Amino acid sequence: MNFTLHIWRQKNAQTKGDFHTYQVDDIDSDTSFLEMLDQLNEQLIGKGEDCVVFDYDCREGICGACSLVINGHPHGEKKATTTCQLYMREYANQTELWVEPFRAASFPIIKDVLTNRDAFDRIIQAGGYISTNTGSAPDANSQLVNKADADAAFDSATCIGCGACVAVCPNASASLFVSAKIAHLDRLPQGKVESDTRAQNMVRQMELEGFGSCSNHRHCESVCPQEISIDDITRMNRLL
Amino acid sequence: MSKLNSKTPKGDIEKRWDKHLFELSLIAPQNRAKYNIIVIGTGLAGASLCATLGESGYNVHSFCFNDSPRRAHSIAAQGGINASKNYQNDGDSTQRLFYDTMKGGDFRARESNVYRLAQLSGNIIDQAVSQGVPFAREYSGYLANRSFGGAQVSRTFYARGQTGQQLLLGAYSAMSKEVASGKVKHHSRSEMLEVILVDGKARGIVVRDLITGEITAHTADCVVMCTGGYSNAFYLSTNAKGCNTSATWRAHKKGAFYANPSFTQIHPTCIPPTGENQSKLTLMSESLRNDGRIWAPKKIEDCSKDPRDIAEEDRDYFLERMYPAFANLVPRDVASRAVKSICDEGRGIGTEIHGEKLGVYLDFSSIIERIGEDKVRAKYGNLFDMYERISGENPYQLPMKIYPAPHYTMGGLWVDYNLMTTIEGLFAAGEANYSEHGANRLGASALMQGLADGYFIAPRTVANYLAKSKLEPVDTNHPDVVKAMDDVKERINKLMNAPEPKNSPDYYHKKVGRILWGACGMSRERESLKAAIEEIKALQIDFWQHVKVTGSDQDMNQTLERAGRVADFIELGHLMCRDALEREESCGCHARLEHLESDGEAKRDDENFAYVAAWEYAQDGAILNKEQLDFEFVKPSVRDYT
Repeated sequence: MNFTLHIWRQKNAQTKGDFHTYQVDDIDSDTSFLEMLDQLNEQLIGKGEDCVVFDYDCREGICGACSLVINGHPHGEKKATTTCQLYMREYANQTELWVEPFRAASFPIIKDVLTNRDAFDRIIQAGGYISTNTGSAPDANSQLVNKADADAAFDSATCIGCGACVAVCPNASASLFVSAKIAHLDRLPQGKVESDTRAQNMVRQMELEGFGSCSNHRHCESVCPQEISIDDITRMNRLL
Repeated sequence: MSKLNSKTPKGDIEKRWDKHLFELSLIAPQNRAKYNIIVIGTGLAGASLCATLGESGYNVHSFCFNDSPRRAHSIAAQGGINASKNYQNDGDSTQRLFYDTMKGGDFRARESNVYRLAQLSGNIIDQAVSQGVPFAREYSGYLANRSFGGAQVSRTFYARGQTGQQLLLGAYSAMSKEVASGKVKHHSRSEMLEVILVDGKARGIVVRDLITGEITAHTADCVVMCTGGYSNAFYLSTNAKGCNTSATWRAHKKGAFYANPSFTQIHPTCIPPTGENQSKLTLMSESLRNDGRIWAPKKIEDCSKDPRDIAEEDRDYFLERMYPAFANLVPRDVASRAVKSICDEGRGIGTEIHGEKLGVYLDFSSIIERIGEDKVRAKYGNLFDMYERISGENPYQLPMKIYPAPHYTMGGLWVDYNLMTTIEGLFAAGEANYSEHGANRLGASALMQGLADGYFIAPRTVANYLAKSKLEPVDTNHPDVVKAMDDVKERINKLMNAPEPKNSPDYYHKKVGRILWGACGMSRERESLKAAIEEIKALQIDFWQHVKVTGSDQDMNQTLERAGRVADFIELGHLMCRDALEREESCGCHARLEHLESDGEAKRDDENFAYVAAWEYAQDGAILNKEQLDFEFVKPSVRDYT
């Protein structure tokens, strides 16, 4: 398989970026999208050029490090999939690929297609936890949790913090990310105790970071690699 | 006379940790704010340690190379975490978890440490539940358990196939609480490149800011490394791409002994490689072996057929045949070797690479028939989806293809009972230390160990060290600090400016990986290890002569990051082979072809090799130190899973 890549190159946050065009040939269909970029970078090293910088780590869809907007879609078009889990067989009919960073004012570009998502850490620091200290916990089975609640809590807790929800949102809202943590903890008896203050503090932090508010476009749940539902946003709003 | 003092307490094993806790010195709450502690790495061990130290009132300075602590590779652990709660009333106990772990590790771990781990296992579950970790539950509301490889009881707690993610996010949220309180100052995208020693004690680190390239020194009263394992030495492994040995290797070169570096776990159930440009391998959780049956065609001519067209009588369910008692649930090393032997016979399936088909089937058709597709989906849905995304095949219809891959490293920095390395004031926790898994780790024990170290052990032993030490403040103008900074800059300069730049860092990484996989992988043998040692020496020279790093060191440069890590993998790879060569026995993961029973079982030599091999760095070749292992409470037996 051969591809023409238009990749966003930007030296740093202060300079303007633009698309650069590269050609990669003889790509095997079982090659992952990021492995295809690896091969491009090997070519660039061969030519003595600076490599394209992009975030990745686990390459199995769970760490949330990878990002990229591919042909207009955060994490590409495939549903419930992170960029690192895209394989080139998905692109048999698209030989021209546009690769951009997640774009949002609260995710400033560091270099090329790699962005700064520290704002998410600061939102968790604002209240995305249960205030328990090590050593103070009672026996794990001393508090029962209804199975349906535990399963639903898991569905929210599965968020990988990638930021695709922000990248796709016309308001660059972080509501899905924020509400997933709030809903996860609110569904468990251990977490419910602090639900109201947690929701207020996390939403306040979201606003301070410059993320927009939710206006029900629902794009976030359609691009979320973990398929987190906007029901969580409803739950969050009820707590405010 | 050995230089190693394990500081293991004496007396009844049940009372050792409690007795030790009482003997450890304390620091009063109002004095804790006077101490600064550096924690490198924010996986399960690092994040849980940061949280606990912060809660106690110490000043913690944490560092990770990722953009957030939540990205650490602990997040990818799928299957579960063991604890001897005996909630299932199936005969589990601290003693049994202790024994299983000792036996699983083929009697190459320290009894006292393993017993302590088993004792603390239940507290970890309590802690995680109180943080809101959404473990699987029964309809009654009680916690659910499952069984895992190498155990005959159900003691594994799990959160679907994402237990590592949920436990890490629990630890990360607890750490975030302490970042908010100001007790933890965290630095993301910061790579540790040197340990600073002052008067022989670890007093700080040198760090490269991965965004700006700036080199800075950070000083403290002690340093804890929670930097994970080194499976990526093999290039292709199930580890995240960023996982590396650089922190532990820098420490080793400053005086921390490296223990059992050849003890690397090759996990049996990974998706086989499909081509030359593959960048990593993906694990399929061991939990799948509870319900999946592993088989290969009996006849070589069937190996290219659609598996559904191979009749039942032409299938060899080889683990069930070879190990009727444990069947598909034998420990990882045993399963991996069995899979390899089948493929070596030419009965492998899947894509042919370099003339070999490396794969066997993991088949769910009988469980799907028995309990239905929906129930299988509820149990393993996310793993099946992941398999389908990667392989393009539907495992509900076609059996999975699997092959072993490097996954975890039991070896690591040698530590005493207090988790302190041979450098005073330098601790190692989690996978970074060599610790409790001996020559083979049982499934669902890594999460347990990382969290036991981080939540319960290191916070107490670090405090004891600080209480007992008289440490003068070290400022960043101290000559030892300046020297460490200069060393780092010089090394970066060398990486950026090789005399004849020609090959990318990945080129060398693949080379060293292939050498190690061949000579120091699932089977090892004297002559090939000797040859590998020479090849790696030559590769090292080649690397420093020809490595090509483009871009600038004053900027974000992932090629430079990789080059530095590969340089360390090459040096570590050399030591892995030396360690494997020196250990003239087979045990756990370490299968020396010269020391196998006729049926392929490992032939352990307790008389001569019941020791931890702790390697001391020396310019002209590492020196072997031995920590003799005493077995007072378990009698080393032949590990028999048949």
